[in-house]
Order: sequence, then C-alpha cells, then structure tokens
Amino acid sequence: MSDLHAAPAAADDVSWSQWKLIRVKFGSHKLALVSIWLLGAFYLVALFAQFLAPYGTWQPSPYAYAPPTHIHFFFHGKFVGPMVYRTRIESDPETFERHFVVDASRPARIHWFVRGASYRWLGFIPSSLHLFGVEQDAQLNLMGTDILGRDCFSRDLIATQISLTVGLIGVFITFVLGCLIGGASGYYGGVVDNVVQRFVEFVTCLPTVPMWMALGAAIPASWSNLKVYFTITVILALRSWTGLSRQVRSKLLEMREEDYIVAARVAGATDWEIILRHLLPGFASYLIVNLTVEIPRMILGETTLSFFGLGLRPPTVSWGVLLQDAQNLAAISTYPWLMFPACMVVVCVLAFNFLGDGLRDAADPYKE
Amino acid sequence: MTEQRNLLTVRDLSKSYRLGGGFFDAREGTVRAVDRVSFSVERGRTFGLVGESGSGKTTIGRMIVRVVEPDQGAILFAGAASQTIDLAALTARQMRPLRRRMQMIFQDPLSSLDPRMTVARIIGEPLRAVHGVAPGDLRDRVAEVTELVGLRREHLDRYPHAFSGGQRQRIGIARALVTGPELVVADEAVSALDVSVQAQVLNLMRDLQQKLGVTYLFIAHDLGVVRYLCDTVAVLYRGRIAEIAEKRDLYRTPRHPYTESLIAAVPPPEPEDGPAPQPREPAALDQAPDHEAPAAGCPYRARCPYRQEICAHQEPALRAIAPGHSVACHFDLQLKGI
Ligand SMILES: Nc1ncnc2c1ncn2[C@@H]1O[C@H](COP(=O)(O)OP(=O)(O)O)[C@@H](O)[C@H]1O
Ligand SMILES: [Mg+2]
Repeated sequence: MSDLHAAPAAADDVSWSQWKLIRVKFGSHKLALVSIWLLGAFYLVALFAQFLAPYGTWQPSPYAYAPPTHIHFFFHGKFVGPMVYRTRIESDPETFERHFVVDASRPARIHWFVRGASYRWLGFIPSSLHLFGVEQDAQLNLMGTDILGRDCFSRDLIATQISLTVGLIGVFITFVLGCLIGGASGYYGGVVDNVVQRFVEFVTCLPTVPMWMALGAAIPASWSNLKVYFTITVILALRSWTGLSRQVRSKLLEMREEDYIVAARVAGATDWEIILRHLLPGFASYLIVNLTVEIPRMILGETTLSFFGLGLRPPTVSWGVLLQDAQNLAAISTYPWLMFPACMVVVCVLAFNFLGDGLRDAADPYKE
Repeated sequence: MTEQRNLLTVRDLSKSYRLGGGFFDAREGTVRAVDRVSFSVERGRTFGLVGESGSGKTTIGRMIVRVVEPDQGAILFAGAASQTIDLAALTARQMRPLRRRMQMIFQDPLSSLDPRMTVARIIGEPLRAVHGVAPGDLRDRVAEVTELVGLRREHLDRYPHAFSGGQRQRIGIARALVTGPELVVADEAVSALDVSVQAQVLNLMRDLQQKLGVTYLFIAHDLGVVRYLCDTVAVLYRGRIAEIAEKRDLYRTPRHPYTESLIAAVPPPEPEDGPAPQPREPAALDQAPDHEAPAAGCPYRARCPYRQEICAHQEPALRAIAPGHSVACHFDLQLKGI
C-alpha cells in the first residue's frame, strides 16, 4: 500500500506540459475551434484585402446604389464559367426614377488575376493585381454600390484592415499600461498599491462615451488619417487599461501567496528570477485570455466612434466609416447591402468571445 | 548546553501584523503573531513546534529562513566554521550565500510546487540559486536526491499534477535536501496527507535524518505527529511559548493546561514505532477578541479550567521548573493536583 506506485488518474498524461494540456482541453471546445479558423480567415482577408477586392476604395461610377450583381454560369444553355451581364441605366421620362436594366445579350466574363486599380500592398509594395474582375465597361458589384457608385464588396474587404488592426495597436498599449501599472501595484503593494488603486478608480469613474466624444472632437480636422487613426487607438487604450491592471494586480497578489513562490525565495532566487521563472509563465495563459476579450472591445470602440463621425473619416474606410452610410432607416430598407459591415462586426466580435471562452476554460488545466 | 551543540538559537523573536492594512481602513491595532519567542535547536535532532491554527508557527518558521522579516529578536545560526551568525541582522544580499544551508518543506504539497515546472526543475531550483554549479553536476545531484526520497529517475520529466499527494511531498522533501542543508523547517509537512501516507512520509524524514544528520524544525498543529519524530517540543499559544520540554517529559508530566488539553486530544499513546493518527485541527475559540486583549494577564485564562485570581492580572513568565523543562504558568504544581 505504498503511495509511490499509486497510478495517477490518467496514466498517459503524466508528462504532459501545461501547454499540451491546454491544447487538448481547448480542442474539445468546438465553438472556439470554429472561431479560431474564422478569425484566421478574417485576418487573411485583411492581409490580402486589396488583392481580393476587384476594385479600389475610391472608384466612383455612375452606378449609384446598384444592387448586388448576379453571377451566371450558363449562356444560352451552355456552360461558360462565371460571368455577369452588362447593365444600363435608364431614367423614367416621367418620374426621373433611375432603373438598372440588365442587358442579357451582352455577357462579360469574370477574369482571374486581372490588372485594375493600383494599390500599395502592406503600404509600400506597389501593385495593381486583383484576384478577379471584369472588363471596364461591365460592373461586378457582389455587395452592390454606395451613393457614389463605389463597389461595397471591395470597400468592405479593405475596411477589415483598419478595423482589425486598430484593435491590435490599442490592445498593445492597453497591455503595456495594464501590466506595468497593475504589476507595480501588486508587486510592491503598500503605498504604491494604494495610490495606483485610487488613480485606477478615478479613471474608471470617467464616463466612457462623453470622454471619447470630447477627445474625438478635439482631433483637428486637418490631421492626416494616419494621425487620427493613431490618436484613436491611444484614446481607446487610455481608458481600457484599468480593467486589466486590476486583474493583473489581484492575480499577482494571489500568486505571491502561493507556496511555490515562497519556496523559490527560500531557495534564494532573486526577485527577477521569480518574476521570469514563476510569475510570467503563470501569467502567460491568463494574458492570452485577456487579449481575446480586449481586442473585440477595441474593434467595437473604433466602430462606435467612427459611426458617430468622431473617429476615422472618409476617404479612410473602416467598418465604422462604412456604417455611417447606413445611418438612416430609408437607406437600410432600400439598400440593405450597406448593412453588411455590421454583420462582419457581429461575427468578428462573437468569434473573439467564443475564442475567449474556450481559452478561459483551457487556461487553467489543473482546475477540475 | 553550549552554543556548539545548538545549530539554531532563537532569542526574543517577535512579529506583529497590522490589522486591516488599507489606507482608509478604520480598524486599528496590530496582531502579535509571534511574541518574544526563544528556544534552541540541537544539531542533528528534531525540534517540534506545536500549536493550534493561528498560533504563529508558520510565522516563526518563515522568519528563521528569512522570508518574513522579524520585528525584533535574534536568530543565531551556528556556522560549520563554528562561528555564529545572527540571521536577523543580515540583509537579503548577505543572506543569499546562507540559503543553501537552510531549507523548508511546505504544508500543501501541490501549492508548493510550480505546476508549470518539471520535477527536475523544481528539485534543482535551490541548486540553481547557488552560483557555480555546473549543469552536469546539477543533473546528477537532482537524480541522486530524487532516488534518496524514494522517487524514480523517470519521474523527473513529469509535472506535479501527475503525482499523488505523498509523492508530491517527496518532491518537496527532495527540493529541501538538494543543497545538503543543515536545517530543514518542515511546516506541517504531513498535515495535508492521508493518515497512511503520513506514516510513510514521517518514516522517510526520520530515515533521511539518520542518513544525512539534518536538523529539523518540525511544525505541527497536534501532538500526535510530533510524538513520533521530535526530541524536544515547544507548545505555542497565541504567539507565545506555553511550555517547552523534552518529548518524554512533556507527554508524561505536562505542566501547562494547554499542553494537557492537546495531549487529551491525541488518541491513547501507541508504541513508539508508529505515529498516531492525527485529530482534526482544534478550532481556535474566540480568537479575535483574545488577540486584541490587553497585555495584562495570562493569554490562556479564558479557556483555562484551572484559572485563579492572579491569572487575570499578571502574565506568567516562562520559567524553568526542571532541567530542560519550562512552562509559562503561575502554578508549577502537577496540574491534576490543583
Ligand atoms: N501576512 C500576514 N498579514 C497579516 N496577518 C498575518 C499574516 N501572516 C500571519 N498573520 C497572522 O498572524 C497570526 C499567526 O499566523 P501563522 O503564523 O500563520 O499561524 P499558524 O501557522 O500557527 O497557523 C495569525 O493570527 C494570522 O492571522
Ligand atoms: Mg501555518
């Protein structure tokens, strides 16, 4: 009856590391798995948006508020591959109402790898290559067009770039502030902790939306979009680090009480060794979980600000900027495709939340 | 007793904690967690420290290994070169070279092992803090200690969660012994274990003491476990020593009413070869008011069945009543005779 040879619960997981346990546990969370693929797809789209989009963000056409173009594969009963019909605009002589008339006699083939609007990939590699497109005199608007006849599908794709990265920069700033301030508070304790906690309470008390509006309104209209973009991320981050800093602090206070930290001090490890060997590894999984919660909050924040006209402005495109066009009820009911960016926001934020749920469950594999 | 025979001598060790501690916390005052405690631990033997929960045992143990700063008092540690060092007077930096000579075993075998480290890294940690140990030597030494505590080499690559409670405590013991320390503070080392496993771990600790000549400061909350391992026992009550004696004297002729009640809580004595099963930790009655009670009077009087007039006015000092036997009680009569 020796305890030495008592087999632990699962005999084959004895040498699994924490990360392996996390992977196994995460793998059983189906919704989180789907989400991680979905988010991967989102970021791939963002990376190659200009290439995937048939048009640029600023290519006006006479076809204002054109509905989504239908794609056909058969012409006169014969398979010819994907193609669209050319469209004409006609005005009703009495009401002056415009109609889009599909001319079924003039098909236009969809071509792969075509030259079109030029762009700079990743901001510096000049290119004009697009995955697909049609001839100049035809229209291919998978998501219809907006008031200036610009292709909504292209704009939606390219908007993911700003919308998904404004979150990352903001989250990075949030994390640096949250970890440093919360870390100092929890690690030093005492007076430092007290002062920091009162400051955190003060910042938490500032009402979010009015503060954003005030700061957003203070951005001069003459600033370049890049400058505005950066300022917004900083504004969002300046408010959102408080939650994280509190969590970092309490987690640190909790971990400091663990006997293995005391054991390391008895062993003679220095503060830095303890932070690097014990506290940070214990924290890593926890921080990743927090990331998945912070990023969608930043995305929503940018969308909200831009929607109210306080954040990004045209000609920059982001989900919030695009949704400005869908601000009135008439537009939504007549041109429902303008709402598509809202769907992308919802799907993206939900995916981040499911991912966060899955990670949260998996992050502490030793908790039963 | 000469200083030479004693590895460790603690003199007037005290520690207070502020109640509350918040900036705007209305509560005033302090808890005297440890109050002028003095004792000596003989080299190669086991000194028991017994008391109910909250009596200051952990605080004493942690002050000795200097992870809790003492408020006052001396911790005299006899160096191998026969010179005595006051640990309480050292800075953290001066303390570092001494760390390898004193280690600690913890109560909760799971919480005391970092779940993200392999057993090899956990056991090797105290060695890594000693500078100038070559990686090869470190591995050899870790493997050696691992086998010494009855684990196998293939356990070294596993993580703590894969082990049973008793095995985890063996890992903790291996970590404590890897630097070849002279003093090991075992803070309730078996309290969290099943009774059958307790016996194995206690046997292991006794065997290791015989093999290595290590000195234990063995902390427990009941006298059952202490009886098996300890040579000398100090009974702690509310941060103060109530009674201190050789084990035999303490069990045969307890002089303090608190010691008597602790002995009554232990099942009838067994032959010396096995530890008695451990009773539940006695709940500390009316702890808070008692802690804050004015200094005058005996701290135990509220629970004492033998209390007299004098107990409310005068605090009994710890005084010797026989060689090696001291008690902090006004009455040096045999208790049963009062
Ligand atoms: N870090 C701390 N802060 C405040 N009070 C403490 C702290 N550590 C211990 N105490 C108090 O000191 C007393 C003794 O605690 P401890 O040494 O842990 O007792 P034991 O180990 O005998 O159970 C208790 O009243 C406890 O509440
Ligand atoms: Mg304790």
